Amino acid sequence: MAIRISDIAAEEALLDVEAIRADFPILDLVRNGNPLVYLDNGATSQTPRCVMDAIEHYYAARNANVHRGVHYLSQAATHDFEEARKKAGRFIGTPLACEVIFTRGTTEAINLVAQSYGRTHVGAGDEVLISYMEHHSNIVPWQMLCEEKGAHLKVIPINDAGELDMDAFERLLNERTKIVAVTHVSNALGTITPIKEIIRIAHSAGVPVLLDGAQAIPHMPINVYELGCDFYAFSAHKMYGPTGMGVLYGKARLLDAMPPWQGGGDMIMSVTFEKTTYNTLPYKFEAGTPNIEGAIALGAAVDYLERLGMNAIAAHEHQLLTYATRALQEVPGLTIIGTAKEKAAVISFVLESAHPHDIGQLLDDAGIAVRAGHHCAQPVMQRFGIPATTRASLALYNTREEIDALVAALHNVNKVFG
Amino acid sequence: MSSTRALYEQVILDHNKNPRNFGVLREPDHTVEGFNPLCGDHFTIYVKLDGDRISEITFEGAGCAISKSSASVMTTVLKGKTVKEAEVIFKDFHHMITSAPDAPVDEEAVGKLRIFSGVREFPVRIKCATLAWHAMNSALHGKDSAISTE
Repeated sequence: MAIRISDIAAEEALLDVEAIRADFPILDLVRNGNPLVYLDNGATSQTPRCVMDAIEHYYAARNANVHRGVHYLSQAATHDFEEARKKAGRFIGTPLACEVIFTRGTTEAINLVAQSYGRTHVGAGDEVLISYMEHHSNIVPWQMLCEEKGAHLKVIPINDAGELDMDAFERLLNERTKIVAVTHVSNALGTITPIKEIIRIAHSAGVPVLLDGAQAIPHMPINVYELGCDFYAFSAHKMYGPTGMGVLYGKARLLDAMPPWQGGGDMIMSVTFEKTTYNTLPYKFEAGTPNIEGAIALGAAVDYLERLGMNAIAAHEHQLLTYATRALQEVPGLTIIGTAKEKAAVISFVLESAHPHDIGQLLDDAGIAVRAGHHCAQPVMQRFGIPATTRASLALYNTREEIDALVAALHNVNKVFG
Repeated sequence: MSSTRALYEQVILDHNKNPRNFGVLREPDHTVEGFNPLCGDHFTIYVKLDGDRISEITFEGAGCAISKSSASVMTTVLKGKTVKEAEVIFKDFHHMITSAPDAPVDEEAVGKLRIFSGVREFPVRIKCATLAWHAMNSALHGKDSAISTE
């Protein structure tokens, strides 16, 4: 049964946000005499001290290449690296470390699937099905594949609230569809897509499903086995970990049958000039020296989030989302873009008086960091007939006082530009 | 005064709210569209020439306060100028806006375009301030197509 954020929110589990904020050194920054109000978590989240410590500890006490040396440091580094893989797996509900491929991020994870699974399963005349609210990173890799193979990219439309048109989805799914690749949470609108339903319908047609989990992973508990998805991609830096680090989860059965993507060291069993035997999972997909400190830091971020509890985080953020949605609607001329029933803590909006760029500039002056632009989701902007939005994306350390500061700054925007 | 408030000079805010020469020009000699794909700013510049003199210049479209007011002020400055004079003004404006934030402004050269000197503090906004100018420059040189900042 799918977990609904609104159900979790009914629970009483709340976070001690005051104590949590002390874990994030950057939150002490002051801009133009105002404390930093960081509401651009959808772009990247801030880093707790324990994650920084993990990186420092790796370089101070563990630095060595993994999977290679017989010496102590290499073995210690390999141990920590593989422990991090187990943690990342556990965090999304797989007990199998071989199903956790380390990547540079969500983008690389999706490209891996498009290039490895896609190139062996998608042929001329076949179809790849995505949605209207994908990030460019879940559009372009499929476009490139379709162009190469003579296949077609099909797009599930969305309604005015920013919800997937599920009837259209069922109509678009057919015997030529080779993969469905959709976002779990829209980065531009905050919509939580009904992935259980999508997976059920796609699987009944024998089509595998990839989920872009970049925006979902920091906001809610994820269990890929419960969901039944075939691939799940996410980035460490949106869940309080480091940049340049991500994960592709794939069902072992599928990953096993997929050809390697990049060639190099670590992904081989043996090499001669005549023939190379590839390594087993997950190493088959990890050519070259990996981002060791990134993996270990991701593991530390998982530890941190598990200590706080993803249910408690989801509950806190949902309450904040409800509060912010109500407060923002009182700003004259403000329209929220993306009003799905099920939403993560992402609020996109437009203001009659000012362009998102000007809003972002004035908010910055007040120490408030938001995103202004098309959010790498230009088709979504076109769908709503707007060039850009201002986006406040919330995290576990945000407070009602920060929402109040945002609202006050928006009143000032109206005063300056009105 | 913070540099952000300096960026949004009163005159800029006024031109943003009440843009001058805003609208489609009938039977223009030149029409050029200017795009900034990064932020979605999109303007069309219309120019009518009388010999080598700009007899009419208008614009329409949508964008941020900096790009819109810059287009508006530009039309007021260039109306009645010769193509050659417009080129010189563009050059002076471009020179000012791409100079270091603390470089002195040649007030005689740029005249009322001086109000955009605050943009220099914000490198990402320079493209906003120059979008309409680049489109106008293309128009005067008979390149009637779309230009893009990227």
